[in-house]
Amino acid sequence: MTLMDVGLSHYLTVAAILFTLGILGIFLNRKNIIIILMSIELMLLAVNINLIAFSAELGDLTGQIFAMFVLTVAAAEAAIGLAILVAFFRNRGSIEVEDVNLMKG
Amino acid sequence: MIYVAAIFLPLLGAVIAGFFGRALGDRASAVVACVLLGLAMVAGWVVFYQLAYPGGGAARTIELMTWIDSGALELSWSLRFDVLTAVMLFVVTTASFLIHVYSIGYMAHDPHIPRFFAYLSLFTFAMLMLVSADNFVQMFFGWEGVGLCSYLLIGFWYKRPAANAAAIKAFLVNRVGDFGFILGIMAVFLVFNSVDFDTVFAATPGMVGAAIEFLGFSVDTLTLITLLLFIGAMGKSAQFLLHTWLPDAMEGPTPVSALIHAATMVTAGVFMMARLSPMFEYAPDALAVVAVVGATTAFFAATVALCQTDIKRVIAYSTCSQLGYMFFAAGVSAYSAAIFHLMTHAFFKALLFLAAGSVIHAMSGEQDMRRMGGLWKRIPLTYGLMWVGSLASAGVPFFAGYYSKDLILESAFGADSLVGNYAFWMGIAAAVMTAFYSWRLLFLTFHGKPRASDAVMAKVHESPKVMTIPLILLAAGAIFAGYFGVKIGMVDPDGAFWRGAILMLPGNNALEAAYAVPSWVKLTPIAVGAIGIVVAYVLYMALPSIPARLAAMSGPLYRFLLNKWYFDEIYEALFVRPANYLGRGLWKAGDGAVIDGVGPDGIAAVTLDLARRVVRLQTGYVYHYAFAMMIGVAALVTWYLLAGGA
Repeated sequence: MTLMDVGLSHYLTVAAILFTLGILGIFLNRKNIIIILMSIELMLLAVNINLIAFSAELGDLTGQIFAMFVLTVAAAEAAIGLAILVAFFRNRGSIEVEDVNLMKG
Repeated sequence: MIYVAAIFLPLLGAVIAGFFGRALGDRASAVVACVLLGLAMVAGWVVFYQLAYPGGGAARTIELMTWIDSGALELSWSLRFDVLTAVMLFVVTTASFLIHVYSIGYMAHDPHIPRFFAYLSLFTFAMLMLVSADNFVQMFFGWEGVGLCSYLLIGFWYKRPAANAAAIKAFLVNRVGDFGFILGIMAVFLVFNSVDFDTVFAATPGMVGAAIEFLGFSVDTLTLITLLLFIGAMGKSAQFLLHTWLPDAMEGPTPVSALIHAATMVTAGVFMMARLSPMFEYAPDALAVVAVVGATTAFFAATVALCQTDIKRVIAYSTCSQLGYMFFAAGVSAYSAAIFHLMTHAFFKALLFLAAGSVIHAMSGEQDMRRMGGLWKRIPLTYGLMWVGSLASAGVPFFAGYYSKDLILESAFGADSLVGNYAFWMGIAAAVMTAFYSWRLLFLTFHGKPRASDAVMAKVHESPKVMTIPLILLAAGAIFAGYFGVKIGMVDPDGAFWRGAILMLPGNNALEAAYAVPSWVKLTPIAVGAIGIVVAYVLYMALPSIPARLAAMSGPLYRFLLNKWYFDEIYEALFVRPANYLGRGLWKAGDGAVIDGVGPDGIAAVTLDLARRVVRLQTGYVYHYAFAMMIGVAALVTWYLLAGGA
């Protein structure tokens, strides 16, 4: 059995699976907001994979540079998100998803 | 100039006392109002002398300004001075002036003197405006002004609930009449296309027999108009069915009662009958109604006066009864007799009221005759004046009432018609009762043993001069006004005195016939008056135990009279309570349920409900918002792909 060539479609499939996992992580998770943050990271990474896959396929470096930017922004975003979460925990004493409903009408 | 002054000086007095009373002080504003009215009275006399005295000047109209000029409706403020106006001017200003002066003494302890005098003067002005009106609308202005002032004055002691209730009652009952009046004015404008007296009167003879189609009924135009106008007169002059406000008007201060009963307000209806005689003369059916209503009022009010115990109420019903006389006189076309009686009545009724006020003053505010008695030695002057007033009102020979009342009765007899006879016999019956209740009042108040407490009796005193002098002057009027009126030819059968101010058609010769009635007709009123006095003497002086037994024996009848024919109760059940229910129903069901329910409350409720539903979308859970975004993205992408593919 010959090893299949790993082509563009495989990358895209992986990225799509990761993205879907991220979405499911957001929706099915009823416990912890940190998991939501992680799920968002996951989705960003899935997008990154897409970018890099297309970059390699098309021979255009722009996609890979863009992926670096996304990583940077994602790191900053994670830091800010966690900081907000800490502040929120100090205020409310809980980061359970069910308890985070201040926006409820 | 002097003509305008006679009308507007009281207004000036009202303005000064009303707006500057606080700055002027009680005393000064009272004096200012009295002086200005005194000047108006002098001017009134001059007008009377120039216009009405035999051989006086011609009637004139003074146009002040244009009031309304709208399409066909053209009105001007103009003062019409003819003999009729002059006579009314004389009566109103004289009586009003004396009442003003009397009020200085009577109201001395009241805390609101400037306001009182402002109202009194304004009242007088409104009445003068009414009598000098040149067209229907201006007359209506005075008419309503009088109604407003009566409301203000009856409710003068606004802290007393009874006074407020009486004021509202007077106002509302008058509105009923005014409604008829204003409909009449509209009908006049519709038919004649003008509201000027001269124009309308000139066109009236041409309208005889014309008919108005209304809801399929064909009504005689002139009869309809005059009856509508007469309804206004009934309200203002407290005629049968619309009389209920007059006795309650006693809640006001006594000078107000005197003013309402003698000079202003109630005489307006009689004046209107005389002023509009050129219309009423052509509507014999309406005249018959006037006569029947007048005669019924005269009889009805006299019966009620028999049993009343409040001294002012007796006199109030007496007024009502006398107004009935005036109306049936007008109803048999003896307008000049009606105006003549109006004049004499103004003097003796003002006298009676002010003397009664003097009694009440002496008795420290007591008005119930059952708690008076034995006063005549303590207040001899008031006693004597009360006698004069009673003699005049009972029509004892050579007092003022004798001339006018006998003439009215003779005119009714002379009319020689069914209604004339009805009016005559009703008038005779009322005359007996007038004499009876007048002397019942005298005997109960001044004779017998004192029934008041010792504390009250100890304080009984004659009123100050400022009150008694106007009374003496009025007494002089009550004695001589009748002779004076006859002397200047006021009621001469040819009507020459009025110089066209009053129209009497040649066929309606009741007044002429009045001078040729059989002698028993002339003597009967005097005889029945004497009988009334004797009966009163027997019942209340000689055998004072009889009235109580009589009242017990004729239980239902006595209660019927004591409760004023149950008019107040009937009206309460027929109008007041249904109106209350209707008002409450409209308030609760109409306004509350329908208008508020559909309008503000309903819209608010729907908005709230919608908002509550929208709110439920906002769960506040982050993953719900994320889901919404995701769905949105999915939808957009799908749409983009599908649209792009196509």
